[in-house]
Amino acid sequence: MGLTKKDFTLLIIVAVLCLFAPFILNPFPEGSAMAQFNAGYPDLMQRLVIFGIFAIGFNILFGLTGYLSFGHAAFLGVGSYAAIWMMKLLTMNVIPAIIVSVAVAGLFSLLVGWISLRRSGIYFSILTLAFAQMSYSLAYSVLTPITGGETGLQPKYTDPRILDGDLPPGETPRANLFGLDMKDSTQITMGDWVFTFNAGYYVAAVVMLVAFYVSIRIFRSPFGMMLRAVKSNQQRLNYTGLNSKPYTLAAFVISGMYAGLAGGLLVAMDTQVGAERMFWTASGEVVLMTILGGAGTLIGPVLGAGFIKYFENIISKINESILHQWFAFMPDGIEDFLVSMVYPFIGKGWHLTLGIVFMLVVIFLPGGLVEGGQRVARLFKRRKPSSDKPDGKTTPAE
Amino acid sequence: MDAIILQILNGLDKGSAYALIALGLTLIFGTLGVVNFAHGALFMIGAFCAVTLSRILTLSHEVVDETRTDFLGNPLKVDVPYLYDIFGQTTGDAIIDWAVPISILFAIPVMVFIGFAMERGLIKHFYKRPHADQILVTFGLAIVLQEIIKYFYGANPIPTPAPSAFTGSFDFGAMLGFDPGSIIYPYWRIIYFMFAAVIIGAVFAFLQFTTFGMVVRAGMADRETVGLLGINIDKRFTIMFGIAAAVAGLAGVMYTPINSPNYHMGMDFLVLSFVVVVVGGMGSLPGAVLAGFLLGILESFASMAIVLETLPGINQIIIYLVAIIILLTRPRGLMGRKGVMED
Repeated sequence: MGLTKKDFTLLIIVAVLCLFAPFILNPFPEGSAMAQFNAGYPDLMQRLVIFGIFAIGFNILFGLTGYLSFGHAAFLGVGSYAAIWMMKLLTMNVIPAIIVSVAVAGLFSLLVGWISLRRSGIYFSILTLAFAQMSYSLAYSVLTPITGGETGLQPKYTDPRILDGDLPPGETPRANLFGLDMKDSTQITMGDWVFTFNAGYYVAAVVMLVAFYVSIRIFRSPFGMMLRAVKSNQQRLNYTGLNSKPYTLAAFVISGMYAGLAGGLLVAMDTQVGAERMFWTASGEVVLMTILGGAGTLIGPVLGAGFIKYFENIISKINESILHQWFAFMPDGIEDFLVSMVYPFIGKGWHLTLGIVFMLVVIFLPGGLVEGGQRVARLFKRRKPSSDKPDGKTTPAE
Repeated sequence: MDAIILQILNGLDKGSAYALIALGLTLIFGTLGVVNFAHGALFMIGAFCAVTLSRILTLSHEVVDETRTDFLGNPLKVDVPYLYDIFGQTTGDAIIDWAVPISILFAIPVMVFIGFAMERGLIKHFYKRPHADQILVTFGLAIVLQEIIKYFYGANPIPTPAPSAFTGSFDFGAMLGFDPGSIIYPYWRIIYFMFAAVIIGAVFAFLQFTTFGMVVRAGMADRETVGLLGINIDKRFTIMFGIAAAVAGLAGVMYTPINSPNYHMGMDFLVLSFVVVVVGGMGSLPGAVLAGFLLGILESFASMAIVLETLPGINQIIIYLVAIIILLTRPRGLMGRKGVMED
């Protein structure tokens, strides 16, 4: 497939992880005390891979060219709106919806990129932020006929859907892939364990693998080399007579299309859109994912997206009584003290934890989780020169 | 004509807030060269200083009032603020009523301290790192500060009224010779504008007419040379950071009666303030102030009914639109200096 052996192994590892995710993410038996750490339910798994795609795309721009966009959520939102309109007007099949969402997001990012890329550095960040906030405000107010404003959009029974036949009365339109319902799930019970296999998740995972493959190819291509050159010294690049604008613009549009793809998939999995997914904190979130995982590395963004989405779900679910259960073995006074110490960081305090983790990463580990893994691997290497096989997951090719 | 004056006045209070935040941002950027995404959080913390002080002032203890009874016939328990015990009822009431202006005195040391702590504890280590890292770490700090405030004060806006002497409105229309009632403007907004003008004037005077300010200006122009002259410029820049934090905090304190503070108000203002700084010109103090007022007024003009009829939704996007146009036509902003952030 045009990959080096190392990259191919990486791709295979990711593919295997995706394939067996319903098992891997469900390590604890149903009903046990640890079951709240299970992440093997469809909704979360879908979001893990979809935001993985979003972060992979963002990384192509930020990781390679160093242009920090603070407005990528706008492309995700535009893609989502495009997808839901295809579902409303044409068919509930997800294929046209996703294709159109990528195309529309690509066009929109072409426009935004063409203007924003005239400037660089902090100005570029602020320009993209301005565009994203503009799109958000417009989607909330004036464009309500198209975007549904505050209520957002859902497919309705009365939508035209010209390619689909008439639905039987009382039936709600469901997103499908040639008849395969995205919400279709099979549950397998093995002893105490319950594993859920969801059609939508596997569709999203396949798309993610394709997206990941494309990003590897971009990283290894001459085009990718040009983008890295932009990051290391754009001025010198210009002095050699090269115009860097087409390259950065292409990177911007590609990452915009990735965002649109993620947006389209979000709609395919859960058929509704609201403007809040374009808010600038959403743009900030993808930045967090990429940095946390490791900007400029192949696997980093996927790791970061998985990390944030997983802990967002799990930590938000923990409440005070669960904490009391955990520390129940301690004397009462210490238990209460520990609970009150930990309490601000869990449940609704998830964003606090995220902010602190993010700051620590930026301060001490600018290369993100990947760099952390590499450091740990190097530590082991130095101690035990014989076993110099680092863990493939934490030390990817970079 | 009266409609135009009304819109200009309406723009002034928001413009003042933009100008004050943008002024602080520019001070930090001009001196330390750091892009501070946590500046909105400082504005928000200032607002919560006012909330905290008004809570402290109304701390009370229960007293059994024998003269009145509750619905069960028992003697009524009344909460009496400690202030009543110290100053008596009338003075105590007056102090509680004036909680917001008094908070200014409370907020200045708090904000200066937070500013020092931020600069010495965190930002100091980021001078040599790329701008992207500075943006990211201060962005993370903003999230943390915001969540801490949310943890202690909850997610709902906390109404913090202005002193009752200023709750009314002022009829500008009658004063300027238009129909009475055509231009009605709340007192507090006039006060906010005047307050902002005083603060801005004070900062400029401080930089222009004191030796300290002169050294700081010299440091902004050429940090290295000033350092070579044996002046500890870092210490002075830290103090400027404290002042910038105090300016943002004071803007927040005085803004509480206009908009009840909630934990994300800082973020809402931050994005706009950045746009203001960019429009004004990175590193230009007069530019930041000018752009702040200009964009505030533009925004209020765009919210006029006539404008909205022809261009629906323009009030939501006008600031961003202007920013995009300015950045593309005048890359340095309105009053940007040469050589600042030109990459």
